[in-house]
Amino acid sequence: MNRESIQINIIGAGLAGLSCAMTLARAGQRVRLVSFQHSERAQSNLAEGGINAVMNVMGEDDRIEYHFADTMKGGCDLADPVMVKGLTEAAPGIVREMIALGVPFHRENGKLMQRNFGGQKLKRTTYARSSTGKALMSALISAVRKYEAEGIVTRYSHHEFICLLLDGDAVSGVRIWDRFRKERLDLEGPVVMACGGMNGMFAGATTGTTANTGVAAAVLFSQGVCFGNLEFMQYHPTTVSIAGKRLLISEAARGEGGRLFCKRDGKKRYFMEEKYGERGNLMPRDVVSREIAQLSESVYLDMTGLSQQIWQERLSDLRSEVQHYLRIDPAKEPVPVAPGIHYFMGGILVDASHRTNLRRLYAAGECACAYHGANRLGGNSLLGAIYGGKTAACTVLRELSEGFGPVKNDSGKEDMPAFISREEMRIHDRMVDALLNGMGLIRTRETLVQALEELSSLEKPELSRAMSAQLLLARAILLCALERRESRGAHTRRDYPDTDETFRKTTKVMLEKGRIQITYEEITPYPTA
Amino acid sequence: MKKSLHILRRENAKSSPYWEDFLYETQEENDTVATALRAIAGAAQKEGDRRPVAWESSCLQKRCGACAMVINGKPALACDTFLKEIPGEKITLEPLRKFPVVEDLVVDRSIMMENLKALSVWLNEDAQLHSEEMAFEASVCLQCGLCLEVCPNFAPGGSFGGMAAMNPLAHLIANSPREGRKAVAKSYRRGVFNGCGKSLACRNICPAGIRIEGLLVKSNAAAVWGRWGQIGKGSR
Ligand SMILES: Cc1cc2nc3c(=O)[nH]c(=O)nc-3n(C[C@H](O)[C@H](O)[C@H](O)COP(=O)(O)OP(=O)(O)OC[C@H]3O[C@@H](n4cnc5c(N)ncnc54)[C@H](O)[C@@H]3O)c2cc1C
Ligand code: SF4
Ligand code: FES
Repeated sequence: MNRESIQINIIGAGLAGLSCAMTLARAGQRVRLVSFQHSERAQSNLAEGGINAVMNVMGEDDRIEYHFADTMKGGCDLADPVMVKGLTEAAPGIVREMIALGVPFHRENGKLMQRNFGGQKLKRTTYARSSTGKALMSALISAVRKYEAEGIVTRYSHHEFICLLLDGDAVSGVRIWDRFRKERLDLEGPVVMACGGMNGMFAGATTGTTANTGVAAAVLFSQGVCFGNLEFMQYHPTTVSIAGKRLLISEAARGEGGRLFCKRDGKKRYFMEEKYGERGNLMPRDVVSREIAQLSESVYLDMTGLSQQIWQERLSDLRSEVQHYLRIDPAKEPVPVAPGIHYFMGGILVDASHRTNLRRLYAAGECACAYHGANRLGGNSLLGAIYGGKTAACTVLRELSEGFGPVKNDSGKEDMPAFISREEMRIHDRMVDALLNGMGLIRTRETLVQALEELSSLEKPELSRAMSAQLLLARAILLCALERRESRGAHTRRDYPDTDETFRKTTKVMLEKGRIQITYEEITPYPTA
Repeated sequence: MKKSLHILRRENAKSSPYWEDFLYETQEENDTVATALRAIAGAAQKEGDRRPVAWESSCLQKRCGACAMVINGKPALACDTFLKEIPGEKITLEPLRKFPVVEDLVVDRSIMMENLKALSVWLNEDAQLHSEEMAFEASVCLQCGLCLEVCPNFAPGGSFGGMAAMNPLAHLIANSPREGRKAVAKSYRRGVFNGCGKSLACRNICPAGIRIEGLLVKSNAAAVWGRWGQIGKGSR
């Protein structure tokens, strides 16, 4: 196959998929951009608070080393330092590039502004009110549109991933399902997964979209793709239950001065400030969520002290959203909050070039395990999605020029769409319950074993591929949590409350000969200078 | 609270439409039409008696535009319509009428994206921000299509892209460097100005809260009357 005839298949058209598509298209490489729904519907549009980069515009002498150190520390030293170095060094360039694409980041008197975010002492988060993801997406969608018009990027919106087409340990293409025409399609060529977090495994309990069902991740796992750090999922400390999901109250609320309190003996106790001092409200998310989980009282987010100007210029959208869905005016009344599942640090394991264990398969964005270690800092995942998409694209281009060699497809014809059948809805509901019970904010051996037993009772030979793959992935998640006998970042074990240095390793989990195998991989040492 | 959802259904684009009723009972006072649809779609799947109701959703917090449909005769987002605010027990749900139906409440809105492509809605040069306010407001458009549903002048296949095209163009206008202005203005006149009958039927429909009139006035001033200096005025 020569390079001109090859098309790269990107699965997912959120920030990671768009960034990958744009990078490939700029190099003249043809791309198929496949997504369940149009880009405008992707979870990336929901991102609120901002994107991190050392722009050093706030007169605080910010430095890339600090962004690197905060990210490593926030991730409890579980992220790959080489990758974090690349990410933090690229960040300012990415923000400038987004400005060049027309993202209206907030400015005052013509000067770019940055805000405080959790786990970072300096103001490093660039933002567009409380709709940063939407502003980034609108600009990237326009940028990619140009290449669509030129025929370099072909959109396959309303298409769902079915499975990879495999040739031994290499990927020859991908099978997708046209949801509108109800047709199956086989696409040849390398595959970049950018399908977002696995929300559907915890359906109804996350802040993200219902459309990221997790089925794609599950099928990949069942096809032998290696995953990393599945036990690490982030509970965001300030979410509220609304119909069908958890509504996020962005960390920007605390970045701009919001304070957490609980009521004890009739008095307000600003428990985070009491324990961690002035910056207590902006401790990393794992720390704040754990503190809340240990309280018996209800917790409130107090934004009543924020100035009129902040509400108007920086958080107008947050305020109207809270007013609309909770019938509370946050400028006048504290909002009751509780931790909710928000981000998956674990996912498809990639190296610094965003390669997976299968040749010609790459992954980027929230579906990939990269950059965030045991706990992601707010503002780093928009960055990770854009940077990851770019890096994956560069790797694809490099490997294309080296020549991929011929591949054949031996995946057979039996695969059908990733739907689960009617009867299986009940099984799915029970799987979600088991996962929620096992993977709560605070875990123990007993609850994890119980959840695994519940899963065993759901397994049956006649299940659809999608359902059995999801049960398998659910089992892998629980096993990863069971095997990590320590507490670190977002993984808290009541029975192993301490961090154990022998566990400062990446959890690798994959299906081998029909069995789930877990191994631990050393983390590459810190790059010096 | 008890509601009866009266849904216009259709198995596929070619089959004939029919009405079907679903009962939804809830104790939750803040449930929306989206919650009810999720429940009845799930229930139909579990009972296995009826074909599950097909509809689109994603964010459930009016940030993605997926769940646009016609609710009791009015175009709206399902996740933005609270059950308690609908008088009476019966709620009629129909797919948007301006777009081809795929199944039940699912329509194909690709024409909106095709229109933007045909109008060359992208920046060819680096952006030069004239008005953060305008660029921000224009960039929050969900591409949900509600404004097109109520527009007397929009028809799929025509050259008028409606307010759904105005917003991405206004985003470019707010960001256009001098070299790019001519091309943007041309697209704007072709895709928006020439077709807009100023009925402003779309004025109060936008779920993203975009103040369409204000953006139109600014975009017209720049792209039609050449008063580019005006866009930065009156805003931060
Ligand atoms: C409410 C909220 C607020 C957030 N705020 C911030 C913030 O302020 N800062 C920050 O850094 N991060 C934030 N995040 C996290 C961040 O938004 C995400 O991690 C990031 O946008 C993920 O981008 P992505 O491209 O990987 O995935 P997504 O945007 O989720 O895109 C996934 C794509 O894959 C497609 N897809 C999924 N499954 C399939 C399938 N089976 N077949 C075909 N296509 C499929 C989808 O249609 C979509 O196009 C927030 C998240 C939420 C939920
Ligand atoms: S302008 Fe408003 S109503 Fe029209 S598509 Fe955009 S968000 Fe929807
Ligand atoms: S589901 Fe996103 S707008 Fe309703």
